[in-house]
Amino acid sequence: MSTTEETTEILPSRDALDQDWRKVGNHGLLLGLALIFVSLANMPVSLDTRTIIEPLLSMGYLSLIWIPVVMGFVVSSEKVLEGIAYHDKGAREVAAGGLVGLIGGLGLSLLVILLDTFNLRDPLVNWSPALLELLHFDNGIGFGVVIWPVIGSGLGLFGGALHVLPSVARTVVGWIVGAVLVVAVFETVIMDLLTERLPFEFITDWFYFIRGGLSQQGAITVAIIGGALGYLRVLGQRGVVPTPVQNYKQLAGPERARANTLVIIACGIATAILPLLLGRITNELLANVGLFVLLALGLNIVVGLAGILDLGYVAFFAVGGYATAILTSPNRGESWPDWMPQSHWFVALIVVILFAILTGLFIGAPVIRMRGDYLAIVTLGFGEIIRLLFLSDWLGGYTGGAQGVTNIPGVDLGFVEIKGTDPRAVFYLVAVFCAIAIYVSWRLENSRLGRAWMAIREDESVAEAMGINTVNAKLMAFVVGAVLASFSGAIFAAKVGSVFPTSFIILVSIVILVVVIVGGMGNILGVIAGAAVLIGVLGGPKQPGLLAEFSEFKLLIYGALLIFMMLKRPEGLVPNVRRTRELHQDEFLQDAWLRSQVDADEEDGAPSGEVAPA
Amino acid sequence: MTTAIRSRAVPRTGVDWFLTVMRTGLSFFFISGVVLFLLQQIDPQNPIAGVLNPDATGLTADQLEGLVISGLSQGAMYGLIALGYSMVYGVLGFINFAHGEVFMVGAMTGMITSNKLEEAGIWEDAFPVALVFIILVAIVCSTATAVIMERVAYRPLRGSPRLIPLITSIGVSFLIQNISIVLLGPGAKSYPSLPDWLSQKRTILFLEIEGTKMMVVLVAAISMAGLWYLVERTKTGKAMRAVAEDKEIASLMGIDVNRTIVTTFAVGGAMAGVAGILWGILFRSVIHTTGFLPGIKAFSAAVVGGIGNLGGAMAGGLTLGSAESLAPLMVLEPWGVNGVSQLRDAVAFLVLIFVLLVKPTGLFGERLSAEDRA
Repeated sequence: MSTTEETTEILPSRDALDQDWRKVGNHGLLLGLALIFVSLANMPVSLDTRTIIEPLLSMGYLSLIWIPVVMGFVVSSEKVLEGIAYHDKGAREVAAGGLVGLIGGLGLSLLVILLDTFNLRDPLVNWSPALLELLHFDNGIGFGVVIWPVIGSGLGLFGGALHVLPSVARTVVGWIVGAVLVVAVFETVIMDLLTERLPFEFITDWFYFIRGGLSQQGAITVAIIGGALGYLRVLGQRGVVPTPVQNYKQLAGPERARANTLVIIACGIATAILPLLLGRITNELLANVGLFVLLALGLNIVVGLAGILDLGYVAFFAVGGYATAILTSPNRGESWPDWMPQSHWFVALIVVILFAILTGLFIGAPVIRMRGDYLAIVTLGFGEIIRLLFLSDWLGGYTGGAQGVTNIPGVDLGFVEIKGTDPRAVFYLVAVFCAIAIYVSWRLENSRLGRAWMAIREDESVAEAMGINTVNAKLMAFVVGAVLASFSGAIFAAKVGSVFPTSFIILVSIVILVVVIVGGMGNILGVIAGAAVLIGVLGGPKQPGLLAEFSEFKLLIYGALLIFMMLKRPEGLVPNVRRTRELHQDEFLQDAWLRSQVDADEEDGAPSGEVAPA
Repeated sequence: MTTAIRSRAVPRTGVDWFLTVMRTGLSFFFISGVVLFLLQQIDPQNPIAGVLNPDATGLTADQLEGLVISGLSQGAMYGLIALGYSMVYGVLGFINFAHGEVFMVGAMTGMITSNKLEEAGIWEDAFPVALVFIILVAIVCSTATAVIMERVAYRPLRGSPRLIPLITSIGVSFLIQNISIVLLGPGAKSYPSLPDWLSQKRTILFLEIEGTKMMVVLVAAISMAGLWYLVERTKTGKAMRAVAEDKEIASLMGIDVNRTIVTTFAVGGAMAGVAGILWGILFRSVIHTTGFLPGIKAFSAAVVGGIGNLGGAMAGGLTLGSAESLAPLMVLEPWGVNGVSQLRDAVAFLVLIFVLLVKPTGLFGERLSAEDRA
């Protein structure tokens, strides 16, 4: 940070009319299209039932209004390069935001007029009077046509103004918005946590409205707390107030190890106690998240550590699920010989592990020598072949075909039977396996094998030249990933009580891939966070999340997120340091070059401000 | 030469033995299935014919003819889609996973336009005009989709690690499918029925072919000829071949690489658009997942024919289409597999795996730049 101040010259802010008109026009059009798309996708109407602040704001309107703010901000954000002069933010940025918002609002006005005049319901299913009413706030067409440009430019101005605000205010505003959204989205969990076992109804009564959504006084309270926390954060960043993270970073050696142990123990205790306080629905949600954490940790080893893009990962999940089902259910396919016993879940688990290893080797061996992209398609093919085989009449005698295998018993522990009707117990089971998976991933990451994987990920030829047996290492990645996925499959079978081929479609593979990438490839914490945020909030391929209203749109959002992350932040939300460096090699090299130039200039005694002029 | 050095340098490991076993096993599986099938065709009472599957009945000449023709007409469609995969792989060296969705966009626009034309009464009255019109509309929409896709998602990623654009294209594919769901609804939508003079069977020489299938093959052949002319005889095509060979040298020769890449996407998109209409006419039903499996099969076709090789893509498409339609009955049934038609898709993937195991460069040889070949 200090070098930036030394080397970068700041020019005075520019005039409001000194715009890059082309850029403003493009962003405005893009905003208009985005707003029209969101409307025609029916987001405002179908999300309108979910209230955020009663009666001011619903998820439906939120789905429209966040876009102008972001666009207004984005239109005038520029990359500030170290050592290159840039203009101070001022009237120009605010005006650009407003203009963009205005153009986007005009787009919605146009949509209002079109909705009123034409009937395009035939191809566009959401071309409905309900949408029109929502867009003109029940106040007639004229009102709708006039109000959207006003709202749009207002929001755009706000977005642009974020550039001008001092960074303290920006952080505080960000924290306030974030806090309100988080408290509103996690309403079910917070309600459950505070009222199911604990007597804190008075808190939830203060914060939440009876039929869902934050109450106004609740929203204000949350905003104040959020703002205060944001301000504390700013103070922490400036070193005025010590923050826990900074304290932790200053620790070294045995002290740090002790802190790590404490954090892990605290997490463990929290995981153990939390489900006791929660009700059925929330525990069910936690169990689903846990299943996906397990799957994502497995894929993280294959994709994140070894860099093998396995699109047929669901195959291992399916093998785990089906093997458990067939071994434990009395209702398995009729072609199995009579002497085959109906075994206990833990006995089945041993067989499942063996099967998973075999499948991992069987799928891994033929693809290991292929180019990375061919490998992706071929694994996808294997995933589909396995599902089709389970579905087919040919193996129907063994796998039940389209009827699947039903009546799978739960996990009998003697004192309690873990099955789907008791999500809390399922969560504990999942948590134990997640803990195993986390431990395995963590130990592997820093092992000889883990380093071999990372070397292969970076450059296979070089890794081979360094004496790494790439074939064996890659096969091991497949096998470890397969075993973790099969654990998830085994628990899934016991939890749901039945397995069908439709539970194991390619979509599942892709959703897990999104979780790993959004969370952060190669980072255990990132993967857990990704699963919690995506599966917990938006929901899995078939499992509903906290925002059940989003079920129509969650896959759309997954797709968009995947593209966005790849373009803007390929290292994920919680990045792995080494992976980030690989992905941004050019920028690191450029930085290194700039730094070397600065050093060279300083040695020559030249002023360092004139490095790399624009 | 490089392969010779490589095979000597790398010691034979367990994996190699496994691969050899797999190669021979799959070859044996395919060949013995076909031999058994042929034996049965010659004489159903033959003692060897029913050794694995006593219930196998074989095929009559009519059934066989029908399977071959539907295989070829689907194969022609796969070939058209495969061209897009092949060209993009040749130029940029990555699999545009979302190309199947470009095809789906073509089929969807065709559905919308043809239904509107039917409402207006043009569909029955002037079918040839309507057909040309919907093909043009589909070409425009598919091309636009492909070009926007390139501009928004792939251009910023040029030069990043290999898997990044591939993952992005998975996202694009996912996104387009779901855009189709939220805008047009999740159900299957149908094309208007075709005029009788087109769908009836006609006899050509000694073959009886449905008019629609004939038309599909014809349209595919015309598009392929047009593409061949574009790539081999025009300046644009020369630029495309040059960029596929070596981007840097091409730009030194004064070729606008960006523009050529956009052209490649556009041409691939146009072919996919035509294929989309052909799909609509063949199956008369389209849904948001329409593009997914045909897309992956078309990529398989491109690999089977040799990626980067346009003639190979078309031939690969025809091969894969026929294999998919014939192999369940010619290979799986003699082996005693029941319910073979459910395993059509599995056969397509098995062919891909087999070709990649036995001849990874495809049947007709791949054409890639030096850096992509590694």
